[in-house]
Amino acid sequence: MAIAPHRIIYLIFPSIIILAGLFVQNSYYLQVLTFIGINTLLALGLNLLMGYAGQISLGHAAFYGIGAYTTAVLTVHYGLSPWAALPCALAVSALVALIVGFPTLKLTGYYLGMGTLGFGMIVHIVFREWSDLTGGASGFIGIPPLDLGPISFSSGRNYFYLVWAIVMMCLVVSNRLINSRVGRALRSIHDSEIAAGAMGINTMSLKIRVFVLSAVFSALAGFLYAHFVMFISPGSFDFLVSIRIVTMVVIGGMASIWGALFGATLLTLLPEWLHAFSEFEMVVYGLILMVVMILLPQGLTRGVLDIYEKSKTRNR
Amino acid sequence: MTRLKWAPFTAIVLSVSMLWAGMDITQARAEDTYKIGGIFSVTGRASFLGDPEKRSMEMVVDQINDRGGIDGKKVEAVIYDTEADPTKAVMAVGKLINRDKVIAIVGPSTTPTTLAVIGHAERAGVPLISCAAGNKITSPVKPWVFKTAQSDIHAVAAIYNHMKSKGIKKVGLLTVSNAFGESGKQQLESQAGSFGIKILRSESFGAKDTDMTAQLTKIRSEGAEAIVCWGTNPGPAVVAKNLKQLAMSIPLYQSHGVASPKFIELAGEAAEGILLPTGKILVHGLLDESDPQKAVLEQYVKNYEKIYKIPVSGFGGYAYDGMNILARAMQGTGGDRGKIRKNIETMKNFVGVSGVFNFSENEHNGLATDAFVMVKIENGKWSLIEQ
Amino acid sequence: MQEILQYVVSGLTIGAIYAVIAVGFSMLFNSTELINFAQGEFVMLGAMGLVTLWGVFHIPLVLALLLTVAGVSVIGFLFERLAIRTVRNPHPIVLIIITVGASIFFRGLSMLIWGKDAYSLPPFTDTPPLDVFGAKLLSQSIWILCISLVLVAGLYFFYKKTLTGKAMQACAINKKAACLTGIPAERMVLLAFILSAAMGAVAGVIISPITMCSYDMGTMLGLKGFCAAMLGGLGSLWGSLIGGFLLGVLESLGVGLFTSGVKDAIAFIILLLILYFRPGGIISAKSVRRF
Repeated sequence: MAIAPHRIIYLIFPSIIILAGLFVQNSYYLQVLTFIGINTLLALGLNLLMGYAGQISLGHAAFYGIGAYTTAVLTVHYGLSPWAALPCALAVSALVALIVGFPTLKLTGYYLGMGTLGFGMIVHIVFREWSDLTGGASGFIGIPPLDLGPISFSSGRNYFYLVWAIVMMCLVVSNRLINSRVGRALRSIHDSEIAAGAMGINTMSLKIRVFVLSAVFSALAGFLYAHFVMFISPGSFDFLVSIRIVTMVVIGGMASIWGALFGATLLTLLPEWLHAFSEFEMVVYGLILMVVMILLPQGLTRGVLDIYEKSKTRNR
Repeated sequence: MTRLKWAPFTAIVLSVSMLWAGMDITQARAEDTYKIGGIFSVTGRASFLGDPEKRSMEMVVDQINDRGGIDGKKVEAVIYDTEADPTKAVMAVGKLINRDKVIAIVGPSTTPTTLAVIGHAERAGVPLISCAAGNKITSPVKPWVFKTAQSDIHAVAAIYNHMKSKGIKKVGLLTVSNAFGESGKQQLESQAGSFGIKILRSESFGAKDTDMTAQLTKIRSEGAEAIVCWGTNPGPAVVAKNLKQLAMSIPLYQSHGVASPKFIELAGEAAEGILLPTGKILVHGLLDESDPQKAVLEQYVKNYEKIYKIPVSGFGGYAYDGMNILARAMQGTGGDRGKIRKNIETMKNFVGVSGVFNFSENEHNGLATDAFVMVKIENGKWSLIEQ
Repeated sequence: MQEILQYVVSGLTIGAIYAVIAVGFSMLFNSTELINFAQGEFVMLGAMGLVTLWGVFHIPLVLALLLTVAGVSVIGFLFERLAIRTVRNPHPIVLIIITVGASIFFRGLSMLIWGKDAYSLPPFTDTPPLDVFGAKLLSQSIWILCISLVLVAGLYFFYKKTLTGKAMQACAINKKAACLTGIPAERMVLLAFILSAAMGAVAGVIISPITMCSYDMGTMLGLKGFCAAMLGGLGSLWGSLIGGFLLGVLESLGVGLFTSGVKDAIAFIILLLILYFRPGGIISAKSVRRF
């Protein structure tokens, strides 16, 4: 093969996006695709932390919310342009991640899960109770749309391209990171933190750096969400959202950046399909989660590959 | 490990094929009906609102079609569930406007979901008749957004008027920590001064809390003469029970958020003597024959209970009014959204379940204080308090 | 002063609920090192079960109680057999998602069975609230306190004095070694699941008269119960019990002395502080086991 498959993907993927942008005429579908993009960013960020560094986080919606609320507060209360608010949103999220990360990432397993869960809950309560700044439980209205000079992103198509361009960038960044020295070090932490430490890897500093990076990805998603929907409320960043992000990562397949894409697609579309079940929606959703995890604990991407390989060897 | 190289392709192929399956490319049929969208929180935290609203809207649509439709064209309701989630509401509105190509939308049921979708309806120029109580929805006025639920302003005014007549000057507030409670708290605090009422303490409780005695004890220690509890079931029923448990005998005012027979059932004996403002639907049997709403209310209750075989809820009326207002506004417009909007805005004296609506350019709720009556719970029944 | 006493008394009532839920968490963690996110749903099932049997079908209270707890235990049994035992890769993350999936499933199922409305039940015994130096204590709260204490004492006895209990503890300490000594480890895990489901059901049953029961009541109770278990020391029965009471009293005092807006935050701030500074909980001194 002249070009390695993992390089071809960088040609195929953008072309799919451009084609989708050209051929999907209905703005409803563009809207769905935009939400998929935002969710992919979330899943990608968490996947770096969970899939590669092996650290559970059940509170990632907090960073998503911090990104969204920071840009909302800065653009509405302080009249900043969204593009000036963007670095602030990312920085605030990174700073919070740094402060929280130090004590929290010392924990492992369920204890880490619970620590992050508690953090997410507290941030959610802050969004709700600090009503002078955040608009409280009713939510924050009047967030301005994005535009860049003459290009306005208020149309569905332009926003779709913007979101997916950012997703593409983040995918490339993640991929470069994973296949670098740092990425190998991360995976060694996933397998055995003690062994990694013995090999001279500063595990704590590495874990914190990944945690911060993943918080930045989530804040970016929050920024895009806030300016797309133009309204945010604490309900969009609660415990259940954190769980949904974890589910995207796990169902899509951990330790695979493309699995995050698939997980986000599935979890965004699933509720749309389940509308048909109306009252049964919750039951079916719960069952799907359980069954996928029982049968394909590696996630669907890996699971489908496994099944394909098995059927190939059987035919032979 | 080599096979893992194929993982990206697998992921993309899976994602794209799923998208393909998800988008039904079927072209919309030739439009021989008027499509009206409905978005209610049929499941989730606010299902007590969304469920009766969905039923009521379906009922109105059936009635309209039985009468031969609007200008001879049948009406079709396309209803989606928001689960009280703003993101889902935005997606549902997008779907209604862009895929189903509805003429107008009734809903959503809650204030945050409504605030989330307002911008999208405004930009698309689709009339939206919300069923939520929050004041922020129609003030400031947005051209395409209307609402049928009574505003907190009127409910608070009704409570404070009653307090004034009883000579109550010092109150304690107990509000639920969600959008409904927050909006009520804002109104309670901003109107207190004009009624000469002093708020001693303002406490809150979580929607799923199991015990509120601590909050009540705190309010008691401040020497309040009455308590206003602002929430939706089941929290306020717990408050009522806790109040009895603490043997506190000061009057308890509830909000219109608990105005349903369910509240009396939940609070049981503790409900005795509780005062609350409510739309007239709860006490339709006690209304004067001269009341303009009496006929409309009795017809709604009779039909609802005949079709669904369950007692009518105090909340379904919002969607019932919304759909009826829309149906009247649509007459003779041929489905033109701008004309429908104009017709709603100029509609006067529309007698609905929640009150008599008088819309104008600066008033997109159309209800006045008389949409509420104060009721007291006596012997497990509602009784009307003459003002 | 009287207010403070009332806060403490109120806190003890809420705390007793957290305590029973926390004990359920702890038990299961002790034997399986698993956190069951569906624990809150077992509480809900217990409450709804009593609503149906006692409130609707008017089965005598004691019988209804036993039937409900037995019924939820069967659900716990099925859950372990169908959803936990069958997992091929019992990584914590996978198990978390499965139990989260189960909690969504149970919630959805209850919504279909019992509808979206809340229900309420009368107290077990109809006596006026007790006066404790001016603070009011509901008769149901006394029931809750007594039943939770008896349960934990019973469990403690079971662990210390019976062979099965000792075998369960052996499994918790070292599963492989327990297997070698002839203890059927898998059966012990199953038993732990049944017992913890039963604990959840008991919590639901005893709180149903003081709160409102609906299909979505379990999530927050489950999380609070978890915080309580963490506070007292995950895996320690008495620790969980004390953790539950402490959390309840702290929450109640937080409402009384600060503001009620931060009430829910208190539980989670305590959780974080405990995790950061004393991950073994306030009672247990042993270090955190690492995965």
